[in-house]
Amino acid sequence: MREITLSRAVNEAIAEEMRRDPRVFLMGEDVAEAGTPFKVLSGLVEEFGPERVLDTPISEPGFVGLAVGAAMTGARPVVDLMFGDFLYLVMDQLCNQAAKQHYMSGGKLTVPMVLRTNLGATRRSAAQHSQSLQALVAHIPGLKVAMPSSAYEAKGLMKTAIRDENPVVIFEDKLMYQDKAPVPEAEYLIPFGAAHIKRPGRDVTLIATSSMVQVAEAAAGTLAHEGIEAEVVDPRTLVPLDEATLLESVKRTSRAIVIDEGHQSYGVTAEIASRLTEKAFYHLDAPVVRMGAMDVPVPFSPALEDLTVPTPGGVVETARRLCAGELIHAA
Amino acid sequence: MTDARTNSEDYLRMYRQMVRIRTFEDNANQLYLSAKMPGLTHMYSGEEAVAVGICEALTDSDRITSTHRGHGHCVAKGAEFREMFCELLGKAEGYCRGKGGSMHIADQSHGNLGANAIVGGSMGIATGSALRAKLAGSDDVTVCFFGDGATAQGLWYEVMNMAALWKLPVIYACENNGYSEYTKTEEIAAGSITARAEAFGIEAHRVDGQDVLAVNALARDLVARARRGEGPFFVELETYRYHGHHVGDINREYYRSKEEERDWKENRDPILRFRGWLVAEGIAAEAELEAMTAEIAEDAAAAVAYAEAAAYPPAHEVDMHVFAD
Ligand SMILES: Cc1ncc(C[n+]2csc(CCOP(=O)(O)OP(=O)(O)O)c2C)c(N)n1
Ligand SMILES: [Mg+2]
Repeated sequence: MREITLSRAVNEAIAEEMRRDPRVFLMGEDVAEAGTPFKVLSGLVEEFGPERVLDTPISEPGFVGLAVGAAMTGARPVVDLMFGDFLYLVMDQLCNQAAKQHYMSGGKLTVPMVLRTNLGATRRSAAQHSQSLQALVAHIPGLKVAMPSSAYEAKGLMKTAIRDENPVVIFEDKLMYQDKAPVPEAEYLIPFGAAHIKRPGRDVTLIATSSMVQVAEAAAGTLAHEGIEAEVVDPRTLVPLDEATLLESVKRTSRAIVIDEGHQSYGVTAEIASRLTEKAFYHLDAPVVRMGAMDVPVPFSPALEDLTVPTPGGVVETARRLCAGELIHAA
Repeated sequence: MTDARTNSEDYLRMYRQMVRIRTFEDNANQLYLSAKMPGLTHMYSGEEAVAVGICEALTDSDRITSTHRGHGHCVAKGAEFREMFCELLGKAEGYCRGKGGSMHIADQSHGNLGANAIVGGSMGIATGSALRAKLAGSDDVTVCFFGDGATAQGLWYEVMNMAALWKLPVIYACENNGYSEYTKTEEIAAGSITARAEAFGIEAHRVDGQDVLAVNALARDLVARARRGEGPFFVELETYRYHGHHVGDINREYYRSKEEERDWKENRDPILRFRGWLVAEGIAAEAELEAMTAEIAEDAAAAVAYAEAAAYPPAHEVDMHVFAD
């Protein structure tokens, strides 16, 4: 199978959906000729024209608000939010407006829009361009959250997001845009709420999101040499969450580590760990361990920044101790 | 008053709609005072000519976005009393199945995209609706209602900029009732409000919001021009709210004098003024208008009684409509 970059996969997904459905359009800062600072959208304005690939002023609440209104009245906007950190600017439009319209109207209004943005530290971009804010979005009823872990997921989840009747936020890891993965030429969609077992194993389940799937896979490779068979599970979407697959895996392995790049406290790892503990308590041989980013603003210095995110080495160490029974009271 | 170039039927419909709003609000206020309505609500009484003058220039396929003071917009855009009172009382037959209430009432069937409890919160939605119209090549127009207080929200400047850049069919209608909550407009708004729109190259108008014919004449003109792609436009409508900021704001002399309230009610009331004009022009007789008012009062009483007796939504609806299928 051909291999393409995550960036290319996103581009293909959007282009295919724009060809299929004339209601789909793109908007955001420097999305047209520039194709975004990450060049993810290059070529789309040439194919679809400036009417469907709109360069906006630097007005995040404004253009997200426009997308909400356009979606409520029959269009299907895909909005580009240049950095995930800018979510703070659009919280009212996203959480008070988009998320609640369907519910507040008793099911009469819908907001089929996609907000594409990114996450991920270690790009040496410091505290305001490195955050992974998926927990903020996943906390709000009415918003769906997709977390592609490779080019394959990025394409399939984007196509599903564009066809969804609800507001969907997709977080792409900005360090993965050039990572290649096998992606079929033929059209495919990846359903929301369907976790994927990336690597089977029997001793410990590593539940990982986005680029943390690579971290978990690397850790699983090392652990295998030591005789620890780790299962790597990628939930793919946080909302809806495929709880059944996660529980089924943990009931088999009896141990779990949850890895996500958002801050650890009150985060995605906490939510998943809590559900596993509530629903698989009798199957567990050890506490479920959370591995999120440190609870500090992301520092600039590489010497410091690298300390803040989960690493394969850290996961290996934790899994080793978990399987040896060392973390039963210390977790 | 300006001639809106309409016929008697149009005039009488405008009058009827204004009386319907006033009557709706009197009943809503009564429901609050008798502790039958959960929560608080914001009365539109006194501002009827604004919503009616504008919405009478629109069709069902034109959209509006409304505010926390939204009953007037909802009625003017074609909503029924029964579903509205049911919504205010949190009943299952309300426009939003009781999930929205007064501050989120929406009536999709007549193009009302909903009230909004975030001041200025619907400015993006209205502008986005206009963007959708332009992209889809349809000729509907969207009117964005908001108060003088909302002009202090940054969102307005962001969306006006885009509306002007892209020539969107949106009309920003600022209902300047002189106050945001308990603060006078002059204390929160520097300079001129119309000049703010003009800074974006948007044609801006100021109109007496208590004169329904003047409002309607201007609205018809701007709506027609917006349909032809000449938008966006801005209109500042000078108006006044008769009640407190919300129904619970009873003792308000610390921020607004009784004399001022009396002056607006006695000398500038939009319904009384229009009624005087209708009679003077021989369009309707006093008795006819009296009968219309009585009939509306009966309709409202029946709708209130219906809503009071109507069922609450069943418990299983609590987690319905979080997501659309
Ligand atoms: C963003 C936001 N800030 C504050 C409030 C509280 N609040 C509700 S209505 C209001 C005054 C609004 O004044 P204006 O826009 O002039 O509308 P009016 O009530 O006069 O119709 C305020 C401050 C709110 N709902 N939303
Ligand atoms: Mg006001």
